[in-house]
Amino acid sequence: MVNVGYLMLLLPLAGFLFLVAFGRRIGDPVAGWVGTVAVGGAFVVACIVLAGLIHLPADHRVVVHNYFTWFSSGGLSVPVGTLVDPLSMTMCMFVTGVSALIHLYSIGYMKGDRDYSKFFIYLNLFVFSMLLLVLGDNLLLTFVGWEGVGVCSYWLVAFWFQRESAASAGKKAFIYNRIGDAGFLLAIFLIFEKTGTLQYESGPGGGIFGQLSHLGGGTATAAVLLLFLAATGKSAQIPLFNWLPDAMEGPTPVSALIHAATMVTAGVYLLCRMNPLLHLTTPGMEVIASIGAVTAFVAATIACAQQDIKKVLAFSTVSQIGYMVLAVGTGAYIAAIFLMVMHAFFKGLLFLGAGSVIHGLEDEQDLKRMGALRRYMKWTTVTFTIGFLAIAGIPPLSGFWAKGDVLDNVFAHYKVLWVIGLVTAVLTAYYMSRLEVLAFGGEPRFDKPGPHGEPALHAPHESPWVMRLPLVVLAFFAFFGGVLDLPWVHTHNLESWLTPVFSGTLYNDNLSATSEWALALTDIAVALIGVIVAVWLWRGAEVDKPALEPAFLQRVWYWDDFYDTIIGRPGQRLATFFAWVVDARVIDGAVNGSAHLAKVTGTAARKLQTGYARNYALGIAIGMALIIAFMLSRTWWG
Amino acid sequence: MSLSGAWYLGLAAIVFTIGAIGLMVRRNVLIMFMCIELMLNAANLTFVTFARMLHDIGGQAVVFFVLVVAAAEVVVGLGIVVTNFRRRATTVADDLDSLKG
Repeated sequence: MVNVGYLMLLLPLAGFLFLVAFGRRIGDPVAGWVGTVAVGGAFVVACIVLAGLIHLPADHRVVVHNYFTWFSSGGLSVPVGTLVDPLSMTMCMFVTGVSALIHLYSIGYMKGDRDYSKFFIYLNLFVFSMLLLVLGDNLLLTFVGWEGVGVCSYWLVAFWFQRESAASAGKKAFIYNRIGDAGFLLAIFLIFEKTGTLQYESGPGGGIFGQLSHLGGGTATAAVLLLFLAATGKSAQIPLFNWLPDAMEGPTPVSALIHAATMVTAGVYLLCRMNPLLHLTTPGMEVIASIGAVTAFVAATIACAQQDIKKVLAFSTVSQIGYMVLAVGTGAYIAAIFLMVMHAFFKGLLFLGAGSVIHGLEDEQDLKRMGALRRYMKWTTVTFTIGFLAIAGIPPLSGFWAKGDVLDNVFAHYKVLWVIGLVTAVLTAYYMSRLEVLAFGGEPRFDKPGPHGEPALHAPHESPWVMRLPLVVLAFFAFFGGVLDLPWVHTHNLESWLTPVFSGTLYNDNLSATSEWALALTDIAVALIGVIVAVWLWRGAEVDKPALEPAFLQRVWYWDDFYDTIIGRPGQRLATFFAWVVDARVIDGAVNGSAHLAKVTGTAARKLQTGYARNYALGIAIGMALIIAFMLSRTWWG
Repeated sequence: MSLSGAWYLGLAAIVFTIGAIGLMVRRNVLIMFMCIELMLNAANLTFVTFARMLHDIGGQAVVFFVLVVAAAEVVVGLGIVVTNFRRRATTVADDLDSLKG
């Protein structure tokens, strides 16, 4: 049963090709159903493969299939193959599952869009690329998937490209990712140079992981940092995190699928996949952990001051991925994967809930113009609240267990980073409660004119069932997902399932039961503090509180302005210089100059062409005379 | 008595010079043609002279080729002159300056 893994790739690819050929003809909503069925089929295949993998003995759960050789050149041979192991299947399960739900949701959300079928073309291609990234059995195939999800992200962020802001947000996402991709490429070159292979753990010499002894400490650190640069681009970590909030210009299902649940976790997946390499370098791990903690904190502070419901969720995503990266840097890979899966559930849920709100409220995204939506959108309110409680870390919802797992490991390893993580947990509970209170609590504000003179909005309406069903399913998993990896269970859970993948590289916190209880109580306490403070501050009817939303946080710590000053403007000046000085004067000067020279020469030379035969005859005579004189001189004096 | 070869060569040089100068100073196309014929025949005379002086029949053979080429040249040239005269009613070479740069 594990041998049908390739079908997971082929189904979304077939959906993509079919929609490219016939999408426009079959149109709304059939195209959406075709896309959904293709991805749903991939989910079914993933379940079958997973069942097959579970039946294998624990230490045989690595199934590599090479289908054909992509190319081979000198010592490099790149097969196209799939690597099915517990890590890749965990990813596949939630990628295909959440994707299928979000495809279903999009059928309702994108209704009436003029590029309806194009949307599903991109989504199917995205799912294919993501699965290729996850299932590829060598770095190059992963890189192809990596670029594929990047370009789909670009297309989907700029999906409504008629809007200037959406078009430039797409470009921003693409360029930030390119910087990270350069790191990925360099890492591939470096690893190939040292190990002579790109396959993870199959092929000659046991692949990269079998050849790690050829890597010195310095090389390993360099390779890990380059891979981490790629991860910061894709997973929106400092210093390349600011594309993600802008990416919210895309349709909300895209934000939920690509920019919350799946693609942005690709960086974390890559680091987990390369865990034997990471194990070689303590400094590299320290950098990863520090960046993760700082990103989690910085993004959480920014999320506290955003007005746009999707922007809050976007910064929250950056912050949560920061937690995952922190866990990876600690060596707690399973905690990172656990949080990644739980995050896919509750953040997908939150984004789809936000989409439902936006859909019901005439595309209004400003939190300050919502309020009291609980009275109009019961399904959305209940499911969104479950997502909110999960991310805030309230037990027994999934977020509590996942975040607790990360923080326990960090506590045992890096005390300082643990404090940062804990402060971030308070902030997380705070900004999510603020969002919940502003959107669903209090009194309605949408029926009043907006601050910039926008007309009052109609009363919101609940979304259709295709949009509610994914909300309910995701809410179920956001609520109960924690049972996958409860701290007192040690068999038949996510931990025992994933441990073989990370054998020998996994950090073990070895905390006593007392410390675990103390840490769990601390987590609950900080979550409650955040919730209570937020509710107390934002419960009133007055929603404009500049003191709580300083410009420094609203402007993202001036991060964009910083990049604009040190890179954007000098770059623009350099381009202006090249356009108006180098191009206009030097290059055009050379071209125009040679033309001018030819013209001057020609003007002078045309005077020789008199048109009188006698002149030409004279020329011939003089020429002959000279030749004869020359020959005579050779005869007499030669 | 027979004259030495130098006389013939001298005559050829004089005829050639007359032809060359005539070609350059005269404007009438027909006269210019005659000048060309003078130069060709001067060349023929040198060929024959050298053939006799060096006892080599090759020089005399070349003369036949030159005569044939000259005849062909006159046919084509006069054809052009006649056609041109019909179109422009002139035989003055300086009027035919449409190739002036």
